[in-house]
Amino acid sequence: MSQKNITTPLFFIVPAVILITIFVIYPILHTLLLSFLSPSGKFVGLRNYFDVLGSKEIINLDRFTSTYPPWGALIHNAVWIAIHLPSSILLGLFFAIILKDVKGASIIKSIVFLGMVMPMIIGGLMAVFLFDKDIGIVNVFLRFIGLRSLANLSWTYWPETALLATILTGIWMWAGFSMIVYSAALATIPREYYEAAEIDGASSLQKFIYITLPLLKAPTQIVVVMSVLYELKIFDIIFAATMGGPGEASTVLALLMYIEGFVAFNFNRAAVLAALLTLLTLPPAIWIAKTAVKRK
Amino acid sequence: MKSSTIIVHIIAWLIAIIWILPIVSIFMVAIRPIGEVLHGWWNFKEFHPTIGNFIEALNHPTTPLGKGLVNSFIIASFSTIIPIFVAALAAYGFARFSFPIKNYLFLFIVVMMAMPQQMVAIPLFQIMINLGLVDTYFGLILVHTAWGLPWIILFLRNFFLTLPVEVEEAARVDGASDFQIFLRIVLPTSLPALLSVTALQFTWVWNDFFLALLILYSPSKLVATQRLVWMKGKYHTPWDTLCAGAVLIMIIPVLIYALFQKYYVRGMVGWVIKG
Repeated sequence: MSQKNITTPLFFIVPAVILITIFVIYPILHTLLLSFLSPSGKFVGLRNYFDVLGSKEIINLDRFTSTYPPWGALIHNAVWIAIHLPSSILLGLFFAIILKDVKGASIIKSIVFLGMVMPMIIGGLMAVFLFDKDIGIVNVFLRFIGLRSLANLSWTYWPETALLATILTGIWMWAGFSMIVYSAALATIPREYYEAAEIDGASSLQKFIYITLPLLKAPTQIVVVMSVLYELKIFDIIFAATMGGPGEASTVLALLMYIEGFVAFNFNRAAVLAALLTLLTLPPAIWIAKTAVKRK
Repeated sequence: MKSSTIIVHIIAWLIAIIWILPIVSIFMVAIRPIGEVLHGWWNFKEFHPTIGNFIEALNHPTTPLGKGLVNSFIIASFSTIIPIFVAALAAYGFARFSFPIKNYLFLFIVVMMAMPQQMVAIPLFQIMINLGLVDTYFGLILVHTAWGLPWIILFLRNFFLTLPVEVEEAARVDGASDFQIFLRIVLPTSLPALLSVTALQFTWVWNDFFLALLILYSPSKLVATQRLVWMKGKYHTPWDTLCAGAVLIMIIPVLIYALFQKYYVRGMVGWVIKG
């Protein structure tokens, strides 16, 4: 139904375009501009970027040999990805496979998915609550398996464990996402594939490797990209759990940007942090947008 | 039953128990006097369930959650209805008409859905001051609207593309205008898709913390998620009221999920996965 006149499509699209321009696109460009200016408004090129990237809050080279944070916000985001990405994806995949032929699977899936439904800010409080030395259920379990030294810590109050507590809570919240995506993908694989393989004498493992795995490639790409976006943008959990502490041991880029901008009022440094964060999210963002646009 | 099937069932229910434990923890602390749970909610020597903690959270002296829940509800309602209508218009424009740079514009808008909100934070605050909308519900609703648009446009455009055009063409032959067709034919047939975006957008706005943090600061205007964080306190953590507050805030999104599960999941993964 292609129309020759342009006023009709404009009528439909313009309200949305105006709102997005004012509240999304213009502020993005303005932040980008701020990142190249000095506090007095002079253009300083990439100097702010070098300053920020060279500061201890972002990458703390002195502490790299240390076994626990702070290593700098950028590294903490990388640690988030390194732990949270594989753990949440593999757990989700495992759950999806286990629950495929289980009675009451929909109830169990709903339980796992609860973490996706609730506010991330509550996730942050849970990180404090679950790993508390007195009332934390995780520490009860640790005491039970004999890890007394860990069990007697309130995890979010110690640099050794604060970041890990938020990451583990993040895994609990986010595993439901990959589970749901993989469950949807597994449900679309026709049973005949497996039946045909059984007739040819294939084992369960062979069926998994030769039938299931290849068909999980597309959903895996999507889960990986969405998870990386989630891990890069992580904010609420840390804000509520530790505010980046103790002693910057659990800061991440998004939180540091907020602190620089709205607590310390270093707008230009905050703009650089936002721009760096955006630069990192851009490749996965473009990939997911292209994929989603192609689907009907 | 084969033994392997039994093992699978045991593992499945173990997963369920482990995954629900954090929620049970919060719930148990929420419904019991703090004295009973100081050394762990798993001690049931004494067990006196009470709604006292909930009442305390709702009427909290510095950050009453009751008011916060009302504020969140007002903001989430408008921030759901407005963007859905605006996005549906745009989605229809993208799905049914052709115009120059359409595909680039569409991709550009969709990329915006994954942008970090930190990237707009400082200028957004300045815009709100200039428009006199800082610390107002309307300001926050506008921002939620703009940020909700990209994914709702994408979701609805993909849905509209699956609708048969013949019905719309027949209506056009009968003299209906494009807007009438959109309002009377397209929107009513898109009810499942509209339910998906309603469930998700409402939940996301309800759960939001960052945008509210940027725009609202008067104690009386704070939304529920903000109040929960301020309740935490810096040195002393009142777990009884906090857990009760967390349960109260969770009820709405959990109810939405329970009632609209099918639509919810479709909204969340339907635009990337078929099925």
